[in-house]
Amino acid sequence: MLSLVYILPEIFLFIVATVLLVTGLFLKNIKLINLLTICSLLVTVILILNQPFQSAFLNSFVVDEFSLVLKVMILIGSIASLIMFVSSKDDLNINIYEFPILIIFSTIGMMVMVSANDLLAMFIGLELQSLSLYVLAALNRNSLLSSEAGIKYFILGALSSGLLLFGISYIYGFSGNTNFNLIAVNINPESLGLIIGIVFVLAGLAFKVSAVPFHMWTPDVYQGAPTPITGFFALAPKIAAMGLLVRFLFNSFGEIYIDWQQIIFFISIASMMLAAFAAIAQTNLKRLMAYSSIGHIGYALIGVACFTDEGLRSLLIYLMIYLIMNIAVFAFLLSLKRNDGYFENISDLSGMHKNHPLRTMLIALIMFSLAGIPPLAGFFGKFYIFVAAIKSEMLFLAIIGVVASVISAFYYLRIVKIMYFDEPKEEFDGSSIKSLNLLYYPSSILIIIFFIYPSPVINISEYAIQSII
Amino acid sequence: MSEIPILSILIFIPVVGIFFMLLIRNNDDQSSQNLKHTALWIAFLNFIISLSLLFSFDLNNPDFQFVEKYAWIESGISYHLGIDGVSILFVILTTMLVPICILASYESIKFSVKEYLISFLALETFMIGVFCSLDLVLFYLFFEGGLIPMFLIIGIWGGERRVYSTFKFFLYTLAGSVFMLLAIIYIFISTGTTDVETLLVYNFTTNEQLILWIAFFTSFMVKIPMWPFHTWLPDAHVEAPTAGSVILAGVLLKMAGYGFIRFSIGFFPDASEFFAPFIFSLSVIAIIVTSLIALVQEDMKKLIAYSSVAHMGFVTLGIFTFTVQGIEGGIIQMISHGIVSAALFLCVGVVYDRLHTREIARYGGLVSKMPFYSFSFMIFILASLGLPGTSGFVGEFLVLLSIFSVNTYFAIFATTGVVLAATYSLWLYRRIIFGALIKDDLSEMFDLTRREIIIFLPLIILTIFIGLYPKPIINIIEPSTEKIVNQIKMKLD
Repeated sequence: MLSLVYILPEIFLFIVATVLLVTGLFLKNIKLINLLTICSLLVTVILILNQPFQSAFLNSFVVDEFSLVLKVMILIGSIASLIMFVSSKDDLNINIYEFPILIIFSTIGMMVMVSANDLLAMFIGLELQSLSLYVLAALNRNSLLSSEAGIKYFILGALSSGLLLFGISYIYGFSGNTNFNLIAVNINPESLGLIIGIVFVLAGLAFKVSAVPFHMWTPDVYQGAPTPITGFFALAPKIAAMGLLVRFLFNSFGEIYIDWQQIIFFISIASMMLAAFAAIAQTNLKRLMAYSSIGHIGYALIGVACFTDEGLRSLLIYLMIYLIMNIAVFAFLLSLKRNDGYFENISDLSGMHKNHPLRTMLIALIMFSLAGIPPLAGFFGKFYIFVAAIKSEMLFLAIIGVVASVISAFYYLRIVKIMYFDEPKEEFDGSSIKSLNLLYYPSSILIIIFFIYPSPVINISEYAIQSII
Repeated sequence: MSEIPILSILIFIPVVGIFFMLLIRNNDDQSSQNLKHTALWIAFLNFIISLSLLFSFDLNNPDFQFVEKYAWIESGISYHLGIDGVSILFVILTTMLVPICILASYESIKFSVKEYLISFLALETFMIGVFCSLDLVLFYLFFEGGLIPMFLIIGIWGGERRVYSTFKFFLYTLAGSVFMLLAIIYIFISTGTTDVETLLVYNFTTNEQLILWIAFFTSFMVKIPMWPFHTWLPDAHVEAPTAGSVILAGVLLKMAGYGFIRFSIGFFPDASEFFAPFIFSLSVIAIIVTSLIALVQEDMKKLIAYSSVAHMGFVTLGIFTFTVQGIEGGIIQMISHGIVSAALFLCVGVVYDRLHTREIARYGGLVSKMPFYSFSFMIFILASLGLPGTSGFVGEFLVLLSIFSVNTYFAIFATTGVVLAATYSLWLYRRIIFGALIKDDLSEMFDLTRREIIIFLPLIILTIFIGLYPKPIINIIEPSTEKIVNQIKMKLD
């Protein structure tokens, strides 16, 4: 009974979701439900901040500094996508009250994921998150692309869950435990079965963070899903899966890090390089952002591959900056609206600086930030990643990283080029994006002024990692 | 020493200016005129403040002055500013050229005036920051940050092939610089700091020096630019708007030269000594090859751009002699080139504004229509080819003197460059200014307007002043240069 205190935020969210699910049947006001959801997510943030650090349920569920920081980031991502939802629900044909509720369920799943310290808790969290996401991807039933995205995501996701479960069974079979700490205690470095288990679990998790070679679903799902949901995909689940990956690898297999390090090493390089080249040919902005996020995950994985506290710190810094940048990008994507239609092609941005000078200037800076050009925030993310990589003598990763960042600068610049250098098209609507400005301006300003006072982000990351290493 | 953080003020005044300009929302002619005036006054104010540096600068002190140091990212990486005799002139050169550039763009920039001026002021922030920062990460931040406004300046307000040029410019420089970033990180990890003052007295092992030197070199080589990585420069120059070319030739190239002096030879003297013959060869090749290329150019801006590469060859020659004369010569050559090539691009801009072509063949006999213009153009052409009595001579002379003392062969080859420079410069001048005025559309040409005279006057005065009486400049540079050379000698022994 006492243990329930430690999952109070999750329980609270669950109650909110159920209540809203029922009231939603009678109350047709989607805006109100959405607002209530946002408020309850904010309350959850407060609950999380006031939670005592403790492990519960036979040490299978941990509340510590790491989970606290990641949960707050996840909630920020969820809130951001709910705000995006409000601004676009009517035009995107996703005007259904289940949206916020599904977001809540998915958020609960992600919160369980980052707190999980047990293979089963991990799987439960992952599945709760994934199932909600499958539904969300297919939310726009009338759109062929959206349904396709949902089905594709579901099939591939189910496959990856299967791989994951298979890996879990191997690990359990060869170590006799499902608890991360107990696995670490009883680990047998010689055991080949364990390695196989790790490989399968990593394959499943790589699918969730969309790292190469398990990235195939990403561009299609990003493109097909309604934009607020794509935003959600890019924000919260990546962070949660990354947190899970870190806890899984660091807590249970820290001793045999040599074995999994090379796997992470490879998928990191593959993600960075593939994303850098594949994104060049894209014409759809959402597909481009899909490849961009694959690339960013590649950089973040460098932080994991280092297996040092420096690396972990840089990973968290990177994820925070990634979160802010993506909020800005997706808020921007949703503001590309003209005569009630949304535009997703890069060519639609053509010459938009004539009509929207301020918005274009900010998004151009975001693009430079994504490309990692100083003095914007994206540069610092990469900077810390490279510091960590060089410190743990992974110069090769760092070199691949900078080469990939030069190549990927090309496609970010192409967006800037189209916005600034090409002939202008019609004006975009500016009236309906009031709520988006709430996301757009703060996040862009944060990115621009980050360099003046970077310490908070660094301190938070240092605070978060102390419970892992 | 004054307590006012004058360097920070210099760096951030343009940012404050940008903020004010963002507040001007309207988009009509009146407000764009206001924007131009605002930007001009901000830049001019910055220039005045930078002059005050000159008065409170202690000439006998070879160390860094006006130092500011605050904790920034974490221990070892701080917000550390300061200037010495090497950098102060670059700061003033920057603050002087920016108002000139803004003034020069008064007529030629027709659309998106606000973005243009914002880009320029942002660029000024970055440029001043480069010369003032005494921390490698801070330096890198400013060094790379300058790419963003320059990318936009060339890309939005440039000529026909602007997109190609600006991508080439951006990606070339970025690709060169990322390795410097890795080197900076390596330095940070192995020494625990990126503070320039600390690193200047730190001894790297020879192996480390070689690798790190190459990493820094790739960045500076692309930026300065050295043959064979100079190809982005002519493209960028040709397509950039006049003011963009001015700032590119006037200041951006100097960042790399400054980097060579401050970092390459300061941190890695062994490696620099090891690579010096290599640098000499590249410089001499650059001087001769690009001068020859300049001879056959049809486009005025391209010709001047290639001549810039040749002039920068002298700079690198001078710097890597490790003599006081050589480094002083390099610095003076950079300052002089900053003034002269900037002025030459402005000269091109003047006729381009009137006839909208840069093709040399379209001009001829301008002297009868534009006497003042011909006079100013002549002074800059003569300074560019290094005629005694102009600023170009001082730098080149010192460099050649120093290289003679080190290696005669390189000196002989470099001297041929001077002859070639005279050939292409004078020939350019002859084709544009002299001859009979037979082309119809040239009869409409009018002489310099008052605004253009205001632009050229300070540049003419400086060119001649430095040429006739370089003593004050040398007095500023000398103590710090001597200190650098002594430090290198000490480390080499």
